[in-house]
Amino acid sequence: MSLLELSDVKVHFPVRKGILFDRVVGHVQAVDGISLSVEAGQTYGLVGESGCGKTTLGRAILRLVDITDGEVVFDGTDLAQLPEEEMRRSRRRLQMVFQDPLGSLNPRQNIESILAEGMDAHGIGDTREERRERILKVLDRVGLPDHALGRYPHEFSGGQRQRIGIARALVLEPDVIICDEPVSALDVSIQAQVINLLEELQEQLGLTYVVIAHDLAVVRHISDVIGVMYLGSLVEEAPSDDLYASPRHPYTKALMSAVPVPDPEVEDTRERILLTGDLPSPSNPPAGCRFHTRCPWRQPTRCDTERPGLTDIGGGHKVACHFVNEIASGELAPTSALAPDMLGDSESPVDDPGGDSAGDSGEGEDAASGPASGAPGSGGKAAGTNA
Amino acid sequence: MSLLSVDELAVTFTAKGRKDFQAVSGVSFSVDQGEVIGLVGESGCGKSVTSLALMGLLPSKGVRVGGRAEFDGTDLFGLRKSQLRDMRGTQLAMIFQDPLSSLNPVVPIGVQVTEILSRHRGLRGEKARKEAAHLLERVGIPDPTRRLKEYPHQLSGGMRQRALIAMAVACAPRLLIADEPTTALDVTIQAQILELLRELVDQEGTALLMITHDLGVVAGLCDRVNVLYAGKAVEVAERRELFASPMHPYAHGLLGSIPRLDSPRGQPLNPIRGSINDQIAWADGCAFAPRCDHYVMECLTGTPQLTEPAAAGHGVRCVNPVRDSSDLDVPHLEAPVMDTTGSEATTRHPGGEA
Repeated sequence: MSLLELSDVKVHFPVRKGILFDRVVGHVQAVDGISLSVEAGQTYGLVGESGCGKTTLGRAILRLVDITDGEVVFDGTDLAQLPEEEMRRSRRRLQMVFQDPLGSLNPRQNIESILAEGMDAHGIGDTREERRERILKVLDRVGLPDHALGRYPHEFSGGQRQRIGIARALVLEPDVIICDEPVSALDVSIQAQVINLLEELQEQLGLTYVVIAHDLAVVRHISDVIGVMYLGSLVEEAPSDDLYASPRHPYTKALMSAVPVPDPEVEDTRERILLTGDLPSPSNPPAGCRFHTRCPWRQPTRCDTERPGLTDIGGGHKVACHFVNEIASGELAPTSALAPDMLGDSESPVDDPGGDSAGDSGEGEDAASGPASGAPGSGGKAAGTNA
Repeated sequence: MSLLSVDELAVTFTAKGRKDFQAVSGVSFSVDQGEVIGLVGESGCGKSVTSLALMGLLPSKGVRVGGRAEFDGTDLFGLRKSQLRDMRGTQLAMIFQDPLSSLNPVVPIGVQVTEILSRHRGLRGEKARKEAAHLLERVGIPDPTRRLKEYPHQLSGGMRQRALIAMAVACAPRLLIADEPTTALDVTIQAQILELLRELVDQEGTALLMITHDLGVVAGLCDRVNVLYAGKAVEVAERRELFASPMHPYAHGLLGSIPRLDSPRGQPLNPIRGSINDQIAWADGCAFAPRCDHYVMECLTGTPQLTEPAAAGHGVRCVNPVRDSSDLDVPHLEAPVMDTTGSEATTRHPGGEA
């Protein structure tokens, strides 16, 4: 039994119109049927582009938005059915770290009061001294000095504010922390500090994370299992290494190939799958496979009529695509929307000064050699073929 | 002779009753036709101020711009306002970071594009509309004639950025300055926009000055890269050279802090400690010294100069550059402890910031 299990969770927001007669004219299907399970002590990463519903899903777990349908089973209880008061109490064990560290801290409260508020609400610590002691311990854990207690959020830098946000969650000794874009507002050097901190805390305290982020590299770095979301549903879920080594869903492939890698050798040689167009509106999602309007491998049958379910293709790797196997074997070539050929030509100048440096190009070559060993029709994205 | 050559650009903000603040000091680079030059750095390093100074978009009061910037033989800082207006759009154009706030929300896209065409190319009426539609089509906006009538809020983020690019390239400028053009966009849209910029450079021979914080974008797009820290270029190199052997500890640290999609998992990142608030004035030494793992006593004796210790064309502003990565394993000295900020809650904490 996993610590947190979601089954067929739906969050639909009504779209209302009219002043006198409040009519519901449609629904934004922000989250539309997501099932996943998070094991204790692990990190589940949710990636996707803006508007795919990842934040809404995170909030739905804590019931910060109303769940339209489905179950959120945490440690044996279905949170979706709990009465409000019991839900409030169970939030001690489920905490959240928000994206915008300044916006999520009350500017008029000092750090002690921010951190004590949660303890107050959940009745932790009898005396002020007891609470303060506990707060100091947590501050120390997240790398903030003791005299931060009396200070206000504006006195801290972005990275420090995010540490305060993490401390606020930690002080309640939660089991699960939902981190919504925990580092996207921070500069890269600070990002790394916060990511390391999250990892350390997980190791020391045995925390379970659900990390929501748009940055695939960040998510892959900290997650054990990654779910890729598109328009309110999961299109692929796999252990993090697997997902990178062999992304199966066309959307995941495109997403992976779009992430810039800070290494010119890789950037010059890898193949790009450029998607055309934008995300369709979640209030009127396409029929059939939600991705079929932008999919380079779209087929005339099934794709636009039948919605694919998430099916296990082995090793915990789940994909929602009718033609996974055909695409992986290279039987199907992409039909459209491919970038002008960015394949690594063998004549591209590789005077490789990078080979011996910092040991970082080993994996890069792996990725780069893929297209050469390649699938017919230049389509089977490098990593897709070596599974 | 390069198209744009910038020499020791310095921008100082002044305000009554306050100490002058030097946002940029000593940034030099040149851009050729068909070349992509990158300016990289974290927030507060002066990269946007550099671009605004070049476009003449800084306010006239309270700002002192020093150094030289020559565009095809003309001194950009010596131009009168009207001359500068003629240059903008036709010679140099800019793409801003946030497409929504760079477009006028109450004016249809079409009007905003034709405005430029009539100002610089004298096109009117039907002709201007046709050209505008053509421009939108060229940057990959489907159904351009319909889009011309729409307002910015009706377009998606990627499409707005495309419209902005269409406006920038409307008069075939010779130099494009792109200030974080993809930061506000999703990765798949970012890939589309970068591809578009790459096409412009390849096909039209446009010179591109790319300002970004994303080293991944730089790795794929730029020919030469300037890494900025606290208003100075700390490392200047050809991109392969920079990524293969970064020599300035800051550049080295930046590359070590980024989780990479293709690196093996399970290794902790090597962040740079502290934050941008921990810096000392360049006049007293190296601004990066308080955060540096490669710090030696000489770092605190005067401003380090940009030298080329290893290879020609690879400039490093550091007295003790990183020669190979094992260098960094043994910290030479404890970092200098200095209180550089008044208001910040700063005490040093192992692993913590500041």
